[in-house]
Amino acid sequence: MASSESSPKKGKSPTPRVPMPTQEPLARIKNFAEVALGYAEDQALIEASRCIQCKKPLCVQGCPVEVPIRDFIAHLQKNDVQKAYEVIKSTNSLPAVCGRVCPQETQCEGNCILGKKGEPVAIGRLERYVADTYMALSACDQITGKPECPLINEDLKVACIGSGPSSLTAAGYLAARGIKVTVFEALHEVGGVLIYGIPEFRLPKGIVAAEVAALKEQQVDLLPNWVGGKTFTIKELFDEGYKAVFIGVGAGLPKFLGIPGENLIGVFSANEYLTRANLGRAYDFPHWDTPTFPGRRVAVLGGGNVAMDAARTALRLGAEEVRIVYRRTQGEMPARHEELEHAVEEGVILEILSAPVEFKGDSQGRLTSMVIQKMELGEPDASGRRSPVPIEGAFQELACDMAVIAVGAGPNPILLDSTPELKRTRRGYIDANQDTGETSMPMVFAGGDIVTGAATVISAMGAGRRAAKEIARRLLGEDAA
Amino acid sequence: MQQTPCTIVKKERLIPGQTSKLVISCPHIAKKAQPGNFVILRVSAQGERIPLTIADADPEAGTITMVYLVMGKSTAHLETLEEGDALHDLCGPLGQATHIEQVGTVICVGGGTGIAAMHHIAKGHQRAGNHTVAIIGARSKNLLLFEHELKSFCDEVLIATDDGSYGHKGFVTQVLEERLKTDKTVKEVVAIGPVPMMEAVSKTTKPFGVKTTVSLNSIMVDGIGMCGACRVSVGGQVKFACVDGPEFDGHQVDFGELRQRLAAFKPQEALSFEAFKERHGK
Ligand SMILES: Cc1cc2nc3c(=O)[nH]c(=O)nc-3n(C[C@H](O)[C@H](O)[C@H](O)COP(=O)(O)OP(=O)(O)OC[C@H]3O[C@@H](n4cnc5c(N)ncnc54)[C@H](O)[C@@H]3O)c2cc1C
Ligand SMILES: Cc1cc2nc3c(=O)[nH]c(=O)nc-3n(C[C@H](O)[C@H](O)[C@H](O)COP(=O)(O)OP(=O)(O)OC[C@H]3O[C@@H](n4cnc5c(N)ncnc54)[C@H](O)[C@@H]3O)c2cc1C
Ligand code: SF4
Ligand code: FES
Repeated sequence: MASSESSPKKGKSPTPRVPMPTQEPLARIKNFAEVALGYAEDQALIEASRCIQCKKPLCVQGCPVEVPIRDFIAHLQKNDVQKAYEVIKSTNSLPAVCGRVCPQETQCEGNCILGKKGEPVAIGRLERYVADTYMALSACDQITGKPECPLINEDLKVACIGSGPSSLTAAGYLAARGIKVTVFEALHEVGGVLIYGIPEFRLPKGIVAAEVAALKEQQVDLLPNWVGGKTFTIKELFDEGYKAVFIGVGAGLPKFLGIPGENLIGVFSANEYLTRANLGRAYDFPHWDTPTFPGRRVAVLGGGNVAMDAARTALRLGAEEVRIVYRRTQGEMPARHEELEHAVEEGVILEILSAPVEFKGDSQGRLTSMVIQKMELGEPDASGRRSPVPIEGAFQELACDMAVIAVGAGPNPILLDSTPELKRTRRGYIDANQDTGETSMPMVFAGGDIVTGAATVISAMGAGRRAAKEIARRLLGEDAA
Repeated sequence: MQQTPCTIVKKERLIPGQTSKLVISCPHIAKKAQPGNFVILRVSAQGERIPLTIADADPEAGTITMVYLVMGKSTAHLETLEEGDALHDLCGPLGQATHIEQVGTVICVGGGTGIAAMHHIAKGHQRAGNHTVAIIGARSKNLLLFEHELKSFCDEVLIATDDGSYGHKGFVTQVLEERLKTDKTVKEVVAIGPVPMMEAVSKTTKPFGVKTTVSLNSIMVDGIGMCGACRVSVGGQVKFACVDGPEFDGHQVDFGELRQRLAAFKPQEALSFEAFKERHGK
């Protein structure tokens, strides 16, 4: 499962994709700075020139928020970053985030026509280049005069609960149309998983902060430390004059495995481990107060982005050995290709076809080892992936003093428990209309992971945008939306 | 709804250098706070999120009261704040409210700083029409908290000190046991305090078959059910103290596991406290 860059090419491919400059593996596991460094101007221009400007661009069809990809690349080909940025921003409010964390290989780049014969255009990297370059440019804009923010109508108030990508996107869309938005966030920082989950070395906090600052300029009010369902209820929002509510509270409930020994000291949910490291900046302890656990031999359970992030964080926090324990094979891991590759480069060991069955500890209740059951691949299951089948009697014991469980998340219960009138799906997520995000409660909309289950940043943004469109249409009428 | 700084309007040093009481202005939380709820706060921008029980709430005045024991870095830092200072973050009310019904006689046992948390719950039981008995204990008379507050509304207040300097000489569990032997109207016992005390109370009530509620102080990070740091085993099942609790059936709690988990970050906590003391010239 090597990346497209190193895979053998069939037929003739015009020019190879420009590789992404990165920090050297040995250096980067000692710091939390960003791993992928971004294209320089000449690299971006060469990569942009590879795009053949298709009449019917397939790439766009793969983009959940329909960024006019061909058009932004066309501007970039003329080195007009500002125009390229405006085109991207017309549908994507967080391009610097998406350029870094979207699974492009299964979305835009997966559809790019060049990928049929050789390597697709590096659309994600170009998006990141445009967003980053423009962010630097916009500082000069402060002097030369900025585009005016629309006048905000204080009577038309909309509340967004949660501050992940779905809410931030909805807020941006509504504010741009003159609607007053308040974002309520339970934690002390705004950004959702972008802040507490995805580590600094993949998505610097400064990038999220810049996107959030742009919302503040649009007079969006951000209220951290306000917990929907505890500090306030949805009904109270309407009593306070809010005309519509968007719920984007994510899928934050950690799943555990339900196997013996799970409460031993040293066994963490990925949420706890990453929240300590990212939201609590535990990598800067004791300068920041939140401590983290000093794992030496670490086992991370799972094969998605969350597992990669936990494993790579553990390396950076000084672990000597980090294993990713996954019950299928590398090819089935749901993580972004780039993250998996980076993890392996950094020395993370892949312990595939292995399912945890028990954690063992000492008399102090501290984790000392983990028993895994070896698996083999059987018939394809409903997801189309070959399902793991236990090999009878094949158990193995792995010594470890820390384990991080990254096997998914469920719907966060706090808001839902306080709002029983909100209709839920069989799996416990909010039942919302696919096109409009409307829920069973009038003028209450929902989107992102709390509707779909753990998914992606861009799909959460797409949902935020669709709901905001519908809210704007209801509040402002057909044309203004 | 708006963000106003959560300011300390009153600070009382109950036991100087060790335990203080803060009255904090935060109308949005005061309005909602029920007995049993807690808040998560941070003292500074680099601070850790720590949970403290809402020991009292006054929705009219828009204030909540907290009583804390200086344990380590975060509470020591909190102790440096004075009236007029604002907390960096204050989030709540969190956790399930205490389940309060009119049942008859309810005994509320409090130990150390837990007495303050117990006091809000005792108030709730009294209001619900229960004959409310407080049993409070400390090592010695000068470390006893909230005696007067409790006397102002409880039907009875019984006191135990380890050194016998006040009230019964010995532990609260001895006073409790005596009472349970003679009083068959007791329908529920609530215990809040150090883990060993809550465990001892649960052991004491077990033979009498009296329902016993304890409030678990497991380590928390977010306090809103997202991290699982606060998990505790109750009746063989894993629960999250922040959303399923913090109150649980004391006869079902695995106290041994709780004690071990509370020690998980001991070395780091010590490191953090040392660094803090150095910076503050102590
Ligand atoms: C570690 C990790 C790595 C990931 N990596 C990637 C990646 O590389 N690429 C990708 O596309 N996706 C990735 N994802 C998935 C992606 O981050 C999520 O799909 C996306 O963030 C979901 O957005 P959301 O708006 O639904 O909610 P979230 O980002 O989950 O935000 C929800 C917010 O709501 C708040 N909240 C919850 N309850 C309440 C309440 N009652 N009141 C107020 N606020 C509340 C939460 O504190 C949180 O801040 C990753 C996820 C994780 C956990
Ligand atoms: C629901 C709940 C309500 C609480 N109410 C009160 C209260 O009303 N008054 C009071 O004095 N204390 C209360 N506590 C305990 C209080 O949170 C800890 O004393 C505090 O976090 C210690 O922080 P520190 O940095 O000063 O000490 P540290 O040096 O960090 O820790 C000292 C000890 O405190 C405990 N602790 C550390 N971090 C946490 C954490 N994040 N969450 C919980 N416990 C921790 C551990 O047992 C540790 O050994 C409560 C705890 C919980 C869970
Ligand atoms: S499909 Fe590929 S080549 Fe065609 S417009 Fe999109 S990025 Fe360019
Ligand atoms: S403190 Fe995180 S789940 Fe309870």
